[in-house]
Amino acid sequence: MAVAAVKEYTFESADRLENFHGNQLLFVGWEDHLLFCAPFALAMPPTTLFGDLVGKMLPGAFGYHPDFAKIDWNTVEWFKSGEPWQPQMDASLADNGLGHKAVIRFRTPGLTGIKGSCS
Amino acid sequence: MDMKATSGKKLGLKEKYRQMTRGLEWEPSYQKKDDIYPFMEYEGIKIHDWDKWEDPFRLTMDSYWKYQAEKERKLYAIIDAYAQNNGHLNVTDARYLNAIKLFLTGISPLEYMAHRGFAMAGRAFPGAGPRVACLMQSLDEIRHAQTQIHALSNYNKYYNGFHDFSHMLQRVWYLSVPRSFFDDAVTAGPFEFMVAIGFSFEYVLTNLLFVPFVSGAAYNGDMGTMTFGFSAQSDEARHMTLGLEIIKFILEQDPDNVPIVQRWIDKWTWRGYRVLTLVGMMMDYMLPKRIMSWKEAWEVYFEQNGGALFKDLARYGIRPPKWLDQIAFDKDHISHQAWGTFYQYGAAADFHTWSPTDDELDWLSKKYPESFDKYYRPRLEYLREQAEQGNRFYNTTLPQLCQVCQIPMVFTEPGDPTKTCYREVDYQGEKFHFCSDGCKHIFEDEPEKYKQAWLPVQQIYQGNCFPEGTDPTVEGFEPLAKVLEYYHINFGRDNLDFDGSEDQKNFATWRGMATTNE
Repeated sequence: MAVAAVKEYTFESADRLENFHGNQLLFVGWEDHLLFCAPFALAMPPTTLFGDLVGKMLPGAFGYHPDFAKIDWNTVEWFKSGEPWQPQMDASLADNGLGHKAVIRFRTPGLTGIKGSCS
Repeated sequence: MDMKATSGKKLGLKEKYRQMTRGLEWEPSYQKKDDIYPFMEYEGIKIHDWDKWEDPFRLTMDSYWKYQAEKERKLYAIIDAYAQNNGHLNVTDARYLNAIKLFLTGISPLEYMAHRGFAMAGRAFPGAGPRVACLMQSLDEIRHAQTQIHALSNYNKYYNGFHDFSHMLQRVWYLSVPRSFFDDAVTAGPFEFMVAIGFSFEYVLTNLLFVPFVSGAAYNGDMGTMTFGFSAQSDEARHMTLGLEIIKFILEQDPDNVPIVQRWIDKWTWRGYRVLTLVGMMMDYMLPKRIMSWKEAWEVYFEQNGGALFKDLARYGIRPPKWLDQIAFDKDHISHQAWGTFYQYGAAADFHTWSPTDDELDWLSKKYPESFDKYYRPRLEYLREQAEQGNRFYNTTLPQLCQVCQIPMVFTEPGDPTKTCYREVDYQGEKFHFCSDGCKHIFEDEPEKYKQAWLPVQQIYQGNCFPEGTDPTVEGFEPLAKVLEYYHINFGRDNLDFDGSEDQKNFATWRGMATTNE
């Protein structure tokens, strides 16, 4: 059942796209770097270039970690909803198939956090 | 007319209980029963004979008042003495105060919600026995909320962060976790509420909340808190018995009830366990004098006690709750994952956080020999080192939250504490995300309920967590400052690291005055 209720209970989702005033949510997680306790929730227009996400937004989110400066972006492995995936840096989020509340992760081979603890 | 008493003989306990409960029942004549009790059928539970309900205590209102009045006198005598004797200066360490700030904002309001829930359930049930039992438990719960607020209000005179718990409950991001847990229970039907709170929370999990907390208060010199804890604990023993009684009653009434109750036990054991993450963190990181680790508490109060319980329920066809293997694995991890969260989001919390001392790290290492030094010591030591260099980590990017438990997605894969657990569902064309198989399963059961969740991060991004009249387009707009204003958290007094805080300085000064001569 969709919900146990005495009478009809149908309402709009609290976090539907139109509530974000032109932005959409993107969730981003860095594998093996749990110094950051959880993946991040970022809000941005769907027209944002993926390259700008990587070059301008990820440093603010993940830059505290000493591994961040060592990332070789050419060897990064990307995942979309857990599946291997290859984004186009010069395309927008929308053109990269990233809709509202998409979740992406990246793995940086050779970088496994503080003293290799995946922190 | 003057009616002559037929006999001077007192009623026996059993007959008195019957008169004061069953005797209060009546058969409606001019209203349909379905209109008076509209919530009895929609959950699918079948009750054929309400009279089979038995309160093992046979408690009636007149004996309840006498019993509670005596407890009240004792409690307030100690609270008054504690206040008059500056008892707050006897706590082991001012860091302890942060555990009770978290309790006041995150747990005491749950007692109040339990009061409302049991009042609603008592109104919903046709049976006189459970109506009376729910009424008294409802009174207990509001009394617990009141006595906790009264005991902790003494600290509000001296320390930061105690000032606005009821406002914060509705707004502050981490308080959405306990709040949504109880909102979920109270907005369920009366039978689900009884299984959720009366059984799963009160019977299965409540010792995990109260015993460590009350012991923690005692070990850390907080007589006021210890006293309300013991006062509530004597009620909790009765609540546990009632919780077990209600579930057996429901199961005995009809075999069709068994799969429904099982689903609720699975759901609410999981949801309750997630809320208790805060307790685990408190035990392992926030009590200056520790009493036991979260892992030890879980092993004693759930694994040992719960085993016997579910063996007993097996004859009704109930099996132990789902996801116990994951819970058993995670007992090594969730308290550290939670503390890591509050440490880095300490700028948005109504209490202070800090780096554990070497002594405390060694204690954690001894309590978690297989996991602590491998997974958590490196990050805790790194963060402490950074703080000492003036680069204390305050995370300024918002975390992804689980749609159901509303906790940031800090939990890891079952069996692998190095991998964040990601679960997602597409429902009606929209994505929803979860911290675990348990929370995902709960969503899939009733997606229309959980798609409504008020998730703090999403609400901030929608612009709903700023004070009225805020203009985000103005130059120099600082979102964090405005969110804290909305939360009623005073920047630089209520939040940030314990080290250097006003609470730290004041406590040291006042304790100094109490123990030295000028």
